[in-house]
Amino acid sequence: MSQLMRKLGVLAVLAAALALPAAGSAGHASAVKAKASCELSVFSWWTGGGEAAGLTKLQAIWNKTNPSCKFKNEAVAGGAGTNAKAVLAQRLQAHNPPDSFQGHAGKELLDYIKAGQVMPIDSLYKQYGFDKVMPKQLLSQIRYKGHLYSVPVNIHRANVLWYNPAVLKKAGITAAPTTWAQFLKDLKAIKAKDSGVTPLALGEQWTQKHLFETILISTLGPSGWNKLWTKGGNWNSGGVKTAIARFDDLLKNYTNSDAASLTWQDAGKLVIDGKAAFNVMGDWADGYFSGSTAGGNLAKKPGKDYKWTAVPGTTGVYDWLSDSFTLPKGAPHAAAAKKWLAFLGSEKAQDTFNPVKGSIPARQDAKKSLYGPYLKWALGQWKSDTLVGSLTHGVVADNAWNTAIDTALGTFIQTHDESSFQKALVTAHGKNA
Amino acid sequence: MTRLRRVRRWGPGLLLLTPSIILIAVFVYGLIGWNIKVSLSDWRTSVKSTHYAGFAAYKDLNSDPVWWSYNMRHLAVFTVAFIVGTLIVGWTLAFLLDKGVRGEGFFRAVYLFPMAISFIAAGIVWRWLMNPAPGDRTSGLNAIFDKLGLHALENQWYLGQNWGMAAMAMPAVWALSGYIMALFLAGFRGVPEELREAARMDGASEYRVYRHVVFPHLRPVTLSALIILGHISIKVFDLIVAIGGKQVITMVPAVYMWINIYDAHDYAKGAAIATLLLLGISILIVPYLIFTVRSERNA
Amino acid sequence: MSSLSQTPPIVAPVPRLRRRARSAPLARYALLLLFAVIVLIPVYVLVVTSFKGVLETDASHAWSLPHLWTTEAWSQAWTQLSPNLGNSFKLVIPATVISVVLGALNGFVLSKWKFPGADIVFTLFLFGMFIPYQAVMIPLTTLLEDVHFPAGIPRLAFAHIVYGIPITALIFRNYYATIPNDLMEAARMDRAGMLRTFWSVVLPISMPAFVVAAIWQFTSIWNDFLFAVFIITDPAKWPVTVALNNTTGSLVTPYNLQMSAALLASLPTLIVYVLLGRYFMRGLMAGALKG
Repeated sequence: MSQLMRKLGVLAVLAAALALPAAGSAGHASAVKAKASCELSVFSWWTGGGEAAGLTKLQAIWNKTNPSCKFKNEAVAGGAGTNAKAVLAQRLQAHNPPDSFQGHAGKELLDYIKAGQVMPIDSLYKQYGFDKVMPKQLLSQIRYKGHLYSVPVNIHRANVLWYNPAVLKKAGITAAPTTWAQFLKDLKAIKAKDSGVTPLALGEQWTQKHLFETILISTLGPSGWNKLWTKGGNWNSGGVKTAIARFDDLLKNYTNSDAASLTWQDAGKLVIDGKAAFNVMGDWADGYFSGSTAGGNLAKKPGKDYKWTAVPGTTGVYDWLSDSFTLPKGAPHAAAAKKWLAFLGSEKAQDTFNPVKGSIPARQDAKKSLYGPYLKWALGQWKSDTLVGSLTHGVVADNAWNTAIDTALGTFIQTHDESSFQKALVTAHGKNA
Repeated sequence: MTRLRRVRRWGPGLLLLTPSIILIAVFVYGLIGWNIKVSLSDWRTSVKSTHYAGFAAYKDLNSDPVWWSYNMRHLAVFTVAFIVGTLIVGWTLAFLLDKGVRGEGFFRAVYLFPMAISFIAAGIVWRWLMNPAPGDRTSGLNAIFDKLGLHALENQWYLGQNWGMAAMAMPAVWALSGYIMALFLAGFRGVPEELREAARMDGASEYRVYRHVVFPHLRPVTLSALIILGHISIKVFDLIVAIGGKQVITMVPAVYMWINIYDAHDYAKGAAIATLLLLGISILIVPYLIFTVRSERNA
Repeated sequence: MSSLSQTPPIVAPVPRLRRRARSAPLARYALLLLFAVIVLIPVYVLVVTSFKGVLETDASHAWSLPHLWTTEAWSQAWTQLSPNLGNSFKLVIPATVISVVLGALNGFVLSKWKFPGADIVFTLFLFGMFIPYQAVMIPLTTLLEDVHFPAGIPRLAFAHIVYGIPITALIFRNYYATIPNDLMEAARMDRAGMLRTFWSVVLPISMPAFVVAAIWQFTSIWNDFLFAVFIITDPAKWPVTVALNNTTGSLVTPYNLQMSAALLASLPTLIVYVLLGRYFMRGLMAGALKG
């Protein structure tokens, strides 16, 4: 036994000693290769569903038009990029940036901008005329100290109310609500009609923040909302108080008790399945509701199995958010990265990516025919609505502020202490505005 | 023995250990030091800053509404439920197996099985099992209880206001019981048969044999198990995120640390949490170490 | 290292391995079976869901057998994970072997060839087990980058080896502590030096400890996600756990794919457990346990 033992031991150590350098040399070789030839490493959290599909399409076009510079997809999964952002933070600190990374356009990028980790790309906008073809409101809302730091690829809308027409019909509701009072009336009617049907389907904490954001916009209006995010913003106002009260009312009386255990898809599915009437969610829900089952979607008919409207009180307001790509400082292949950004802002890229992803282009010259029913509606609204940036998805508040609000909201959901919540929001504003 | 000869005796040992000592010094203590330094600095944003700021981050943490009422309370409940649960289940399984059964290998394999499954995966399954959906959307374990008529057992699981985190400990108990069982089983069997026989010869009942011969032998094992489970509990992250995400309702320090470091970029506050976790762990570890060293001196 | 799979067993050599298996009273058997069923419930859900089509996989159908048995989730999982399986093996096997050998040497010195202050050093090593990794990922990766440690799998293996030092040292130290000192004396009488004593006296009886340490490191390193995703930036070099995590889309969660991928990713560890299980228990049950 001991002889065998020793022989095995020697073998094992030899094997390990041989394997490690072999693995190492492979790594080293490819590292050398990377510096020599051209590669475009793109970092995102698009690992599933329509986003991955859209990214794959872009990748294919890029590889065709840039055969000497292969696309390297470095996506890391994790809801809303939680893992990806952490890994990215680490890579940027370690001065090992990708050639381009995904980030929500707006204040979410501030952390990178202030730390000098991304480069301004105003020249790119001028060179390719993006500033002429993207809405001025949009560009002014993503500028920081006059400069632009990312190229928006898509636009999603957050203030959408999805509903099941059959469920509404059964409760005697003839049209979707447009004011808050009507909305409350409808919710009460659903609740009274059938106790097995949840009036408003709700999911985990971030979706509740998402709901709260739309209530704030509905209560304060677009200019009131925009003001909140400036130094002079007043979170102590009666308007905010009302919004909090409305939010609390919904939480306590019209939503499902197991919200914290549901993802946004689970909550949306309740509406599709007729187990809930309404759901407030961004328009990526449309992709989930109507997409093919092969991708894990529900393959329902928009306009028939489900319908949508603006969150009551926010008609004419487009609560937008956008996935955008940046130019990191010290990108290993800066020239390729710039080409990538130029490509992303082009009509071809945006009209290839967005129909698959389930969003609309940031550019206003999209080919409407390529888009499904909901997106056609959204495209129309994008041209005419007042734009306000989303909180939950990083447009109007930077990460520290967003986290502070998130924590305050998470606490509020447990305590239902409205005045403490408002105080916490005031404090968060004071610290971060 | 001369001084030189003594050194030549233990010198090689020290030499052999030196690479490890250096690695640990750098990668553990160097990083802990870095961490403490950051926690005392003013690096509160993504822009690196290294000025001394005293205990500002710690004070911030102390007055943070989610720190005591959510993070620490949740951790306390989780820790107690996890440790007690795992010890009881592990001990019981070891006790059942101690006298030997046919198919012991099979049972051992089954009980050890859960450990091989990563928490990202186990988390999804347990999320389904602990589904708190009410009414006709009931599923998971609640559905089973419903079918069996055990309505009193149906509950909100990890969403429960006060004891939710005890439910959160269930997957952890599931994963670790097999290992604790193995420890206890080894402990049981480490009691020399002669001692048990001697007690039986003296007329002791089986119960007394266990109580007065076997159990005292289990004290060191129990202590180790306690320490090991405790330190896992304090660091728990994967499981919590897999089931509850990053919500306040299931918040624990390790998750809050992540949020501060990687979401809010408040590096000092995140480092403060890490330092406090380390402090908490050392409170558990130091008695264990003193006990170990002392018991070895006595052996 | 997955925070929950990283737990060190205490080991020492034993005279007797297991009791004579006899027919146990029915009550005991029933209880054991009951526990076995309970333990296997989540595994049942995992397996059953992995054979379902997308439309059937959601929480409300967790218990039912598939209406339509399909292996599409398995083939998808294979497609997404198999490129990374090789990386995992290239990572885990050398890292485990080196880690375990290092542990044996360290454990030996710390228990049987002590130098002044050895116990203190051991204590300091142990403390290293408890460091919350998320907090030090940034300085760790920066440090590794700054010293230009070969990127990819070697860097990750190095991190695992370093952070495996405390645990493996603990396992071996406690195991070797029970070796009677007369054996050591005898070797000294033969004028054997440290390495020779290790080679001819200690190593031959170390098998149980090797197995225990190896199983722990294998499980720990194989299941690790945190280190892998932070240290390896090239997706082609990711081990299987990162690929497993990437089966989640940020929009859609295909549960059947996640579960089949999870089972697939855990198969090698399971195989290691089954094959080495007996030796593992032998190692653990080796004799009188020290605290």
